[in-house]
Amino acid sequence: MKANWQILIVDDEEVMRESMAAWLREDGYDVDAAASGREAIDMARQTDYAIYFIDLKMPGGIDGIETLMEIRRMRPDASIIIITAYATVDTAIVAMKEGAQEYIVKPCNPEEISLLVSRIIKVKNLQRENRILRQKLTRQYHFHDIISKSAKVREILDLAAEVSSLRSTVLIRGESGTGKELIARAIHYSGDRAAKPFVAVSCAALAEALLESELFGYEKGAFTGAAERKKGKFELADGGTIFLDEIGDIGPKLQADLLRVLQEKSFYRVGGAEEVRVDARVVAATHKDLRQAVAAGQFREDLYYRLNVIEILIPPLRERREDIPLLAAHFVDRLSHEIGKQVRHISDPAMRILMDHDWPGNVRELENAIERAIVSARTATLSEDDFAFLRHGGPAGPLHVPDNMTIAEMEKLMIEATLRRTGGNVKEAAVSLGIDRSTLYEKLKRFGIER
Amino acid sequence: MIPLGLVPMPCPGSGEVPAMILDAVAQVLEDVYPVQAGLRRPVAAPPEAFDAARGQYSAPVLLKALLDACPDDGGKLLAVTRGDLYIPMLSFVFGQAQLGGRAGLISTARLEPPFSGFPPDEALVIRRARTVALHETGHLFGLVHCQTPDCAMRLATTIQQFDRKRAALCPDCAALLLEKQR
Repeated sequence: MKANWQILIVDDEEVMRESMAAWLREDGYDVDAAASGREAIDMARQTDYAIYFIDLKMPGGIDGIETLMEIRRMRPDASIIIITAYATVDTAIVAMKEGAQEYIVKPCNPEEISLLVSRIIKVKNLQRENRILRQKLTRQYHFHDIISKSAKVREILDLAAEVSSLRSTVLIRGESGTGKELIARAIHYSGDRAAKPFVAVSCAALAEALLESELFGYEKGAFTGAAERKKGKFELADGGTIFLDEIGDIGPKLQADLLRVLQEKSFYRVGGAEEVRVDARVVAATHKDLRQAVAAGQFREDLYYRLNVIEILIPPLRERREDIPLLAAHFVDRLSHEIGKQVRHISDPAMRILMDHDWPGNVRELENAIERAIVSARTATLSEDDFAFLRHGGPAGPLHVPDNMTIAEMEKLMIEATLRRTGGNVKEAAVSLGIDRSTLYEKLKRFGIER
Repeated sequence: MIPLGLVPMPCPGSGEVPAMILDAVAQVLEDVYPVQAGLRRPVAAPPEAFDAARGQYSAPVLLKALLDACPDDGGKLLAVTRGDLYIPMLSFVFGQAQLGGRAGLISTARLEPPFSGFPPDEALVIRRARTVALHETGHLFGLVHCQTPDCAMRLATTIQQFDRKRAALCPDCAALLLEKQR
C-alpha cells in the first residue's frame, strides 16, 4: 500500500529533486518536490507527507535545519531525512537533535535509500494498522478522525469541539448513515469526560418496556425474570456520556421519564423506590424532525427543548459531494487492508459514478458500496464495472408508482421485498438498504412488518 | 501497436552497444509489450552529461538529450548505452524512465560481469539487458515496482538482486499492463 504514502523532496537544485522524485515514483510512491524551505513548509501545511527528504544546504531564506524544525513542529509524526553533500559531525548532531530520523550523504547507494524508505513505510503501515485496530476495538473517535473538507462539516466539528467539555445536552440530527454516533463519540472522547464511559443505546431497537429497564435498570423481583438488581445504561454512564440514538421513537412514558432525568439528574430503577442520582451527559440523535413531531403531538415539547440545548445538524452526503473522493479513498485504503486485497485506486469513470450517485444511505452506504466493490474487484483499480450494482440495483424500467401511494407505503414495500430476499436476515437487509440496523428495527416496528 | 524506437547512445570511452544486445532487447519488448520495436539512428551523449569526478553519465541529462533529438511521433523511445549512469542523489542507476511517459534509458555498464569482477559472459549480458529493458519499458507503460521476487518490475539495487529477476513480467504486472491499456 505505497500509493497512499506521500513523500516530499526539498532541494534547491532542480535536477537533484526531480530525478530523486522520479526514482521514488517508479517505486510506487506519491512524490512531490519543493525548491526551497519556504515552499516545503507551505506544502507541508497543505499535505501530510509521510517522509521528507530535506537538503541541508539551501541558499537564501531558510536552510535545511530550519525547515526541519518548522516541519517537525507542524507534523510531529512525519519522518525527516536530512541529505547533505559532505558529512560533518556537527551538522549531523544538530539534525538528529532536532528530530531528523536519518542523515544521509549524497550520492547515496540506491540500496541504502530503498531500505531506508521501505523500513520507514513498514513502521508507518504498522502504526496505521495499529491505530485502526485500536480504534475499532475501543471505538474512541476524535474529531480528526472525521474525514471531510466540506465547510459545513468543519463548522459542525468546530461547534462540537467547543461544546465537548460542557455538560449541556446535545441533539444531533441527520439522515441515517451520516455518522451521528461518530460525532457523539468524538464529542465524548474530546471532552473532559473522555476517561469515563461512553454508553450507546438505540431507542429504536427495543420495545418500550424493555427499553425502560435497559435505560434505568431494575430491582430484584421488579418483573418475572428479574432475578437480581441490574444497573441501567444511565448508571453505567455515570460520569460519562449516554448516547440515545433514535430518540424520536420513544413513547410518551419514556419521554416523561427522560425529562425527569434531564431535570432532576436522578431516576428510579424499574420496580424500585430508591432514587438513583446520576451524572451523565446526554447526547441524543434522531433522523426525524422533532419540531414537527412536537407540532404533531407525538413528542413532548418540554423534552424537546431540554434535549435541543445544542443542535448539530449533519448534512447528507449528496449535499457535500466534495467529500465523496476523500471518503472513497479512505474506505479503499482501510477496507482493502481489512479484506486483505491489494486494491489501491478508483478509476476516473468509477469515481464519476460515485459522484453522481445520490447516496440515500449516506456515508455508510458509500462504505458498503466500496466494500462490495473491493470484494468483487479483479484488479488493483476499482473500475466502473465494480460499481455496476449502484446503477443496476434499481428496477430496470421506470418504476411504476400506483396512484395515491405514500412514501411510507413505498418504504414498507421496499423493506418487505428486501427482507424476503435476505430470508428475514435483518442485518443483511439493513446493509442492502443502506441504513443502520437500529433504523431498520425502528421501521419494522413502525410499519408492523413481521420478519 | 505502439512504435518503440531503440536508440543506441554511444558514450565516449565506453564503445558501441553490440547489435546482438539491441536485437535481443527488441525481441523481448515485442514479446511482452504492445510495441513495434525499430532500431533508430544513434544519439550521441552530450559532453555535459559526463561527470568527471564520478566517471559517470547523468541519466536525466541523457534523457533530455534523447527527447530533444527525437521529435514526438506518438511512439516511445528507449536509449541503450554502455556508459555508467547516475542520478545526483544516488551512486548509480541501471536505467531510468519517465513513469507513464515517452522516453527511457538503460545502461549495460553494470550488467557486464567484469564490472563485478567476473569473467566476460556475453549470454549473461544479453539476458540481463532483456530484463532491464523490460523494467524501464514497464515504467513507460506506467508500471511501478513489484514485490514478486523474480518479476522484471522488481526493484534491484545490486547485481545479485538483479539476477534473481527473470526477463518476464509476473502475472500481476501483466494484468496491470492490460488494464492500463484499456
